[in-house]
Amino acid sequence: MLLVACGDAWNDPYPVAERGQNILYSAFTERPKHLDPVQSYTEDEITFTAQVYEPPLQYHYLQRPYTLVPLTTTAVPVPRYVDAAGKTLPADAPVEKIAESIYEIRLQPGIRYQPHPAFATDAAGKFVYADLDREKLKGIERIADFKETGSRELRADDYIYEIKRLAHPRLHSPIFGMMAEHIVGLKELGTALQAAAKTLPRDGWLDLDAYPLSGVSKVDDTTYRVRLKGKYPQFLYWLAMPFFAPVPREVDRFYSQPGMAEKNLTLDWYPVGTGPYMLVENNPNSRMVLARNPNFRGETYPCEGEAADRGASLLDDCGKTLPFIERAIFSREKEAIPYWNKFLQGWYDASGISSDSFDQAVRINVGGDVALTDEMREKGIRLLTSVRASTFYMGFNMLDPMVGGESNESSRKLRQAISVVLDQEEFISIFMNGRGIPAQGPLPPGIFGYVEGEAGINQVVYEWRDGAPRRRDVATAKRLLAEAGWPNGRNAKTGEPLVLNLDTTGGGMGDKSRLDWLTRQFAKIDIQLVVRSTDFNRFQEKIRKGAVQLYYLGWNADYPDPENFFFLLNGAEGKVEKGGENASNYRNPEFDKLFHEMKNMDNSPRRLAIITRMNRILHQDAPWVYGFHPKSYALGHAWLKNRKPSDVGHNNLKYQRLDVATREAKRREWNRPVLWPLALVVALGAAVLVPAIRGYRRRERSVARPQG
Amino acid sequence: MNIQPVLLWSDVCIWLLVLAGIGAGWWSRRQPPLAAAWKRVGQSRPGMAAATILLAFVLVGLLDSLHYREQLPGKAGEKASYSVEVLSALDRLLLPLRTRVEKTYSEPLATRAYAKEMMEVRQADGSLRTMRDYPRLKFGGATLGADEARVDADIAGRAIRAVLLAAVVWLGLCLVVVRRLACADGVPLKQAWQALWCGETAFAWNAVLIAFGALMLVAALLLGLATEYHVFGTDKVGQDVLYQVLKSIRTALVIGLVTTLVTLPLAVFLGIIAGYFRGWIDDLIQYIYTTLNSIPGVLLIAAAVLMMQVVIDTHPQWFATAAERADLRLLALCFILGLTSWTGLARLLRGEALKLRELEYIQAAQAFGVSDLRIISRHLLPNLMHIVIIALVMDFSGLVLAEAVLSYVGIGVDPSMISFGTMINNARMELGREPVVWWSLVAAFAFMFVLVLAANLLADAVRDAFDPRMA
Amino acid sequence: MLAYILRRLLYAIPILIGVNLITFALFFIVNTPDDMARMQLGVKRVTPEAIQKWKAERGYDKPLFWNGAAEGAGPVTQTIFFEKSARMFAGDFGRAEDGRDISREIVARMGPSLAIALPTFLLGLFVTVSFALLLAFFRATALDFWGVVLCVAMMSISGLFYIIGGQFLFAKIFRLVPISGYGGGLDAARFLILPVLIGVIAGIGSSTRWYRTIFLEEMGKDYVRTARAKGLTETAVMFGHVLRNALIPILTGVVVVIPLLFMGSLLTESFFGIPGLGSYTIDAINAQDFAVVRAMVFIGSVLYIVGLILTDISYTLVDPRIRFDR
Repeated sequence: MLLVACGDAWNDPYPVAERGQNILYSAFTERPKHLDPVQSYTEDEITFTAQVYEPPLQYHYLQRPYTLVPLTTTAVPVPRYVDAAGKTLPADAPVEKIAESIYEIRLQPGIRYQPHPAFATDAAGKFVYADLDREKLKGIERIADFKETGSRELRADDYIYEIKRLAHPRLHSPIFGMMAEHIVGLKELGTALQAAAKTLPRDGWLDLDAYPLSGVSKVDDTTYRVRLKGKYPQFLYWLAMPFFAPVPREVDRFYSQPGMAEKNLTLDWYPVGTGPYMLVENNPNSRMVLARNPNFRGETYPCEGEAADRGASLLDDCGKTLPFIERAIFSREKEAIPYWNKFLQGWYDASGISSDSFDQAVRINVGGDVALTDEMREKGIRLLTSVRASTFYMGFNMLDPMVGGESNESSRKLRQAISVVLDQEEFISIFMNGRGIPAQGPLPPGIFGYVEGEAGINQVVYEWRDGAPRRRDVATAKRLLAEAGWPNGRNAKTGEPLVLNLDTTGGGMGDKSRLDWLTRQFAKIDIQLVVRSTDFNRFQEKIRKGAVQLYYLGWNADYPDPENFFFLLNGAEGKVEKGGENASNYRNPEFDKLFHEMKNMDNSPRRLAIITRMNRILHQDAPWVYGFHPKSYALGHAWLKNRKPSDVGHNNLKYQRLDVATREAKRREWNRPVLWPLALVVALGAAVLVPAIRGYRRRERSVARPQG
Repeated sequence: MNIQPVLLWSDVCIWLLVLAGIGAGWWSRRQPPLAAAWKRVGQSRPGMAAATILLAFVLVGLLDSLHYREQLPGKAGEKASYSVEVLSALDRLLLPLRTRVEKTYSEPLATRAYAKEMMEVRQADGSLRTMRDYPRLKFGGATLGADEARVDADIAGRAIRAVLLAAVVWLGLCLVVVRRLACADGVPLKQAWQALWCGETAFAWNAVLIAFGALMLVAALLLGLATEYHVFGTDKVGQDVLYQVLKSIRTALVIGLVTTLVTLPLAVFLGIIAGYFRGWIDDLIQYIYTTLNSIPGVLLIAAAVLMMQVVIDTHPQWFATAAERADLRLLALCFILGLTSWTGLARLLRGEALKLRELEYIQAAQAFGVSDLRIISRHLLPNLMHIVIIALVMDFSGLVLAEAVLSYVGIGVDPSMISFGTMINNARMELGREPVVWWSLVAAFAFMFVLVLAANLLADAVRDAFDPRMA
Repeated sequence: MLAYILRRLLYAIPILIGVNLITFALFFIVNTPDDMARMQLGVKRVTPEAIQKWKAERGYDKPLFWNGAAEGAGPVTQTIFFEKSARMFAGDFGRAEDGRDISREIVARMGPSLAIALPTFLLGLFVTVSFALLLAFFRATALDFWGVVLCVAMMSISGLFYIIGGQFLFAKIFRLVPISGYGGGLDAARFLILPVLIGVIAGIGSSTRWYRTIFLEEMGKDYVRTARAKGLTETAVMFGHVLRNALIPILTGVVVVIPLLFMGSLLTESFFGIPGLGSYTIDAINAQDFAVVRAMVFIGSVLYIVGLILTDISYTLVDPRIRFDR
């Protein structure tokens, strides 16, 4: 092979001016829809919002299990409980007595916002851009087109304003319904705002400060108080999400001026925050650019972590000022193959964790081991794995007479038989490239209540042999099926064959092979599986109406608490009856009672005992076939330092560091163009030219003579 | 084993098409201009070679269009009940290919899997030891047993035997053809043999025989090796790729042929009456096809396919088996493709009809009070037949190619149906793997290429023979 | 002439209304407004109130085609169909379901789409016409025969294969161009080379064959024989007469696609990560963003009609005998 080294790579997808700078390159597959903190909820969005907005709390970057630490506050708030009479209760008071929990949140002083035109003031202290209209907005297309910018210190009011925005009638906050149940007065605020919005013109500004929210009050400039109904310990987790990030009133006012929304000048498009980065370019079709916030307050790199972190040189930067990286450029990469190849060529520093299709393209290895291929190891690519706080499962609709029914022994045996026969290990190895671990129940590892080892296995499906859980064999499944009244897949009484319907959403990658595999699994115990794949809307509708038998779903935890998984099987959350999240419509009085008890407890041995009991019930009842907990495999090049995968903390950009010199050298080395094909084309062209000219001459002579 | 025949709607269409094809062939023999044109097609060497190969594809497709359901094993005296899986005659023939499923990827003709795996080996003392190696395939080269080193020799042996067998059968067939030619012309065998290979026969026998020889060779090789190896490797879930490629053929044929069942009547009827009657009928029909044409094709198809999907989903009781659902979706796709593609032909026919109706004999017929219907069917239609036939064969390859693109956009055939499009769509990601898994993609593209190339060559021959401008 | 164009433009209005009716019917059978709301609001924790709110805000809470409850012209005008499609005739496409202005988006994406489509079109036309001319020049020789076979072979290859294979070979193995992406200004050239090349190669087969027949037809005409008989060289005949006259059917044939170049290419754009209108359309289909799909259908139809009118005009330009007074 003729390799010609000629300095620069020909296939550099970035402008020459960016070469050698402290810029992180990454990619995104799905364009973020919302960057407004009350609306954004998906992982594609939080990649950006988590770097810009700062809610009161964050997860510790290195410690596991996930621990909450202050982000803008002085300490993690400890709730004060009061009874109906307003008397303070001790921390271990019984749940029934607690009427309200009061969280007092105290902010660190001196935190400042990113430079932004909304804060710009003139000499007299008046806002420069406070009375814009369509005329004045001429020539302004992007937020960078405003000449003046300003900044100011973070205040408790900003957090209160954002909590009020959850109830905003024109914004669709996914958590409003849920938070209205907890925060005192939020529901009433929602009703009041709804009424107020009706009288307002379409693009008029709704000043939330004019409407009181009884449950949230300002103590002083850096302190505010939130009152919750009853006890809700999970609230702290919500305080680590962008839903509770500060939004200054003047920013809301600024973006609500006439003519702004038409030019996409909205908070949804240009977020404003106190975080380490600010969004300077928003072009979701091709790229998003985050730049370092010059006003960032000087947070430092953490000094303590897990035991293994020192060895992985994750503690080398202890005490240094964050952030390290100047800019981060995210390019849109819709197709997995270009994305993957660009990563291999060194044009992306790391793979995005959220991108599923990317992980599919990476063949790590069948069989659950995490070794990289030799080629990748030679390049110094590193692999980070972590089990995600999600569960994928195949649910049975308990309202279906065949597979469901309350206290129906035979259908329970049928469910157990199916649970045994669906070989999750093989599924993970074939379809997930080993990126997952088989689930023993709804709880993934890392969540309180997950038990390692023999004590934690699903006794119905697994047995403990040779120091590892082993799936019970097909014979067991056949026996269970016979006990269910379907020996050899035929009804013991009528001889009817057992036919089950599985509903899935179709259209994805490798669908066909997945369905084939499933059919084969069921065929092992002579069950005939009919797979009905439909589009997403139709699937949702069927689930809502309970018109399914078997279905596949997954759940990503909102926060690392067992309550966030068990509520999916809580009888009071029944999908068909209550429109809740319990798509299986599972209802077991004992389970529901235990759930109610466990829900608001602090993590304690007693809570663990209850959870273990709940898991036992679920194993026996088998309303789901517990599938697997996916693992995130994040690949990174050697020059990207300080990376630790986290499933709940997303504000990780500020911790990472680049070794730019190494990157430049490696990129050049890996991207030498191969020039012989070009030479070959030229040579071929020349070789063809000579006979062509000769042929042309001959032709010229021969046709010149008149012919018949 | 007891079986229950299943007649899918697409089967009905396919067999109707076969009947129609035979009928049309018989009818065109009696139409001198058409018969002459077909004779010209018969003289075209590339055309006839392509036709031979197409015939083989059609044969596979027809075998795949005889569907049945197997009876489930049960105790004596029980009411017979049948599997929900719908199989075809082709599935029965390819039983070993269909059922010998590995765990996951394996290369063509491999005896071991494509990637290393952790395996637990029980030691003599009862403990378990884990090791990483390429696991042996369950079926690929199973006859070799432990003696894997023999694999090359075994494959070579099988290949040689297959080639020899193919050669013998082919020579036999050549002799049969030559004898028949010799008898027909009353010349000695040797002369007939020479005439055959020098291309002096009226029908392009040499091309047919060469194409047939190539077919025999490929078929024999596949047959000889496929019984023991996965000739084209296995896919993600360990299914034989050769099996999938063969199953894709029917889908491609259905898309290419059944669509014309929708296109033809619409295009012929609307095109001719627009051109013949003119006036407001012409305006209306022009309006319809301009409107349909102006909607970007992919979007129209996407909307229509999604709509069909909804209809199918809301009526699960219509379908006893998944195959019937998939089949209806396939037909719906044909229908939609037909609806979007009739406009071109209709416009052509309208133009021709406009010209023809000004001709004297039609004017005369009108003056004599012959009914419009009669004029159209007796005078107009036969004179437009060549356009219809050309459009028919030209559309086929385009439709087969379109299916692959539509499946990429996610609006193609049902994901549970094997087709070139779904194969390519699934295999596309595999190019990004390390190491690259190339065989599914290559096999699908190769078969599709051969099919479309043959169709295009035949279409060329047909066009040259039928188009009066070229003749 | 002007009157003719005006009449054609008026004629376009019923077509556009028909197009709108078809898209509305098709998409609303697929997607009830409830479905659209759910799709946009996500899966987790969606309440019926939130859906009502979403619908009311976007005007999807009215009946589809006929509002029986309204008075006067209300039954027709106070419907989703009227409100959503009437504005499109004024060029106002409204907002996508994620709240962004569609017209802005379309304007922003037109550039990249054209940057791919226009070079592909022009270069493709040049290359195929030259090849066709070559084949016609060497007609009835081995070169011609194998050239045609090659054309047939090339048009038998799926377009997907050209893209997947080309990207694999040139960008991954040879590392000659960036695999995907798009840059503004002059920088764009590096990203465009490969998709344009692939687009040209994928189109060679069918167009070359088509143009070759046109050339051959032209060469069979009397004036060509006369020219040859006058003793002109074959080259002079080819360029002086055949090419000039054959270009008329070729050009009038391609005029209709020129406006449609704006629509971009679905496959190329998504494979190469080019932020054009083609990938916008694909995104919209996948996200079931009805507002965007409707806008794209509308624009596509308008461009098609413009293409038809341009074709007619180009006929008059090349052949003054044609008049438009029916």
